[in-house]
Amino acid sequence: MPEPVVISATDLGKCYRIWTHSRPTTIKDRVEHLFMRGRGGGERPTREEIWALRGITFEVRRGEVLGVIGPNGAGKSTLLSILARITEPTTGEARIDGRVSSLLEVGTGFHPELSGRDNVFLNGAILGMSRREVNEKYDEIVDFSGVGDFMEMPIKRFSSGMYVRLAFAVAAHLDPEVLLLDEVLAVGDSAFQQKCLRRIDELTQSGRTVLFVSHTPASVAQLCSRVIVVNEGRIVFDGDVEDGLTVYLGSPQLDGGASALEQESQIREGTGEIRVAEVRIQGADGPRVVPDKPVTLEVDLVAKGGASARDLVVKLGIWNVASNQPVTLSTEYAPPEPAPDFGLAAKSTLVCEVDELPLRPARYVVSVSVERHGTVLDFCRHQTELTIHPADFYGTGVIPRDTHASPVLVRQRWHVVDDAFSAQTSAADVRLGAG
Amino acid sequence: MEDALSALDTTATHTPTASVVIRPTSGPVPPRLDELWSFRELFAILVWRDIKVRYAQTKLGFAWMLFQPLALLLVYTFAFSHLARVTIPGIPYPVFALSGLTLWIFVSRATLTGSESLVMNIAVVTKTPAPRILIPLAANVSVLVDYFVSFVLFVIIAALYGFYPTWEIVFTLPLLLATFALTTGLTLFLAATNVRYRDVGQALPFLVTLWFFLSPIAYQLQTPGHSWQTIVQAANPLVGLLLAFRWALLGTPAPHGMLVAALLVTTVVFAFGVVRFAHAERTLADDA
Repeated sequence: MPEPVVISATDLGKCYRIWTHSRPTTIKDRVEHLFMRGRGGGERPTREEIWALRGITFEVRRGEVLGVIGPNGAGKSTLLSILARITEPTTGEARIDGRVSSLLEVGTGFHPELSGRDNVFLNGAILGMSRREVNEKYDEIVDFSGVGDFMEMPIKRFSSGMYVRLAFAVAAHLDPEVLLLDEVLAVGDSAFQQKCLRRIDELTQSGRTVLFVSHTPASVAQLCSRVIVVNEGRIVFDGDVEDGLTVYLGSPQLDGGASALEQESQIREGTGEIRVAEVRIQGADGPRVVPDKPVTLEVDLVAKGGASARDLVVKLGIWNVASNQPVTLSTEYAPPEPAPDFGLAAKSTLVCEVDELPLRPARYVVSVSVERHGTVLDFCRHQTELTIHPADFYGTGVIPRDTHASPVLVRQRWHVVDDAFSAQTSAADVRLGAG
Repeated sequence: MEDALSALDTTATHTPTASVVIRPTSGPVPPRLDELWSFRELFAILVWRDIKVRYAQTKLGFAWMLFQPLALLLVYTFAFSHLARVTIPGIPYPVFALSGLTLWIFVSRATLTGSESLVMNIAVVTKTPAPRILIPLAANVSVLVDYFVSFVLFVIIAALYGFYPTWEIVFTLPLLLATFALTTGLTLFLAATNVRYRDVGQALPFLVTLWFFLSPIAYQLQTPGHSWQTIVQAANPLVGLLLAFRWALLGTPAPHGMLVAALLVTTVVFAFGVVRFAHAERTLADDA
């Protein structure tokens, strides 16, 4: 028997009236607006209807972790706000069965003047916990946060890390049947993030239903069992996580038609002394990359004035959709010949050749970093994408596809060495059940 | 065991009380009293926070609650009694002034903090589904503490001047309730308006000061006044409330007509505030 439906949305829509000139936010604007309308002159602000969401229909069954992903401005947050009953829909209806907790922000209501202890009770109450519940879980919350020694101190004296840890610790001890979660995971250091992810995993293991809004493919891949992709206020995909992420990464954005990937590649860290302009990936016979053939990766570096190429370390990471990095390529492993040398505002291309990329056929994301003595000059998590196509990697006709059991493919030989068999069979190849 | 638990869970999720239906509404949404009741703990904690935060990082802490009415009393006694030579027949000026200030401290604080409350707690509005009406309500309730402190201070100072409370002092409670309804209605309207038009926050301190001078707090009404003065006084509910408050505390003449007018205006203001808030509540998160 399928699990019961706990969240159902039917034709949800949200319309905002936007002032195209400028929305009157003070009484003066309002009066001027009326005045100008009376005279019929000047730049008249007019109201325009903008549908942030339209025709949203979906169901979530108990125990599902539904990821809602989409570019900025697609309407994800509006959807979450409607389900969390923060704002009303303009059309349609939604129904949620069970105790709902919504977590759109960590530390809502935290007051800087109050102690850590007071804020735990305050924030707990705002999130819908009873005083008794917070009392019972107080020690756990403090333990989870790891800031136990400072609980009597006003949190304005907390570091931002401590603040976030305490805030998340309270949220992590919510005990709802349905959890509506905004992208609040990207907090704290990575160890703490993993702790938070584990906590959410625990919740879902025990049959809780989670709706998780995010624009980070990695966290969606790690957490969700199903995904809907929202773009321009509509659901453009509903189903399997990997396919959904593929749709998301290829979908055009609201502002200017660049794909999500192109936008992501604009997000860079580092000093910017040297930037990676482009990474091109070529297979042995053209753009098609297969696991059993050589691959060439070309990295275009552009140096700002005066930057030198001395002691540069360039790394390429190949990431799968589950946010693991099965392959790292680095100039540290195989220093380039000749050493790159460019002076003023020059462009230079590094070429990395690999004999093969024995990875499960799928879509990958390629990250790139340029470092010198541990200082990051340029880093992009989402420089480009790479698709590895199925091929007869093992040479046996068993073609590993995207359902391959493991993320990497390993060349292997099997022999039978047991005496009882060796008399009859000699080193027979055993076919692997791949693909 | 796990199975038994999850079976329980399943039935629990299908009890009608635990399910939420979200759909567009129109017109003012009346406050759902059962829902408000279920948020009583949050309400209590918001009141407690408002009180605690007000005196956080002050050396004197809660002693400020005593200090501020005393300081105001000194200033007004000096200004009105010594400079403006206001005299009140039969009542020492400090006792007279403090009886008015006790109520005024509540009215002015409740109006100012209540009107700013939603803007100050905008994250609660935009990030949580907690009923928004709790926020201005909690602000008003938190100011009651200051009232009670001033009230005790008044009783002590009046006793020092030889004025002892009579049984009529019990009437200060229903009068306080009416005053609370007045500031609540006013701040529900102003707080919701302030989210959209921040002009409210800018203009309010001046308007509150004006209200102080229009109300017989530090001075006594001239009787009988001109008819237009009577109309202005009747429209200002604080006039009737203050006169009745003084009657209960000091035995001054009872303000029958003025009190009736004040209660009428208060009822209208309260109803208006509740309806306006119910209307605005649906779009507060969008306006913020």
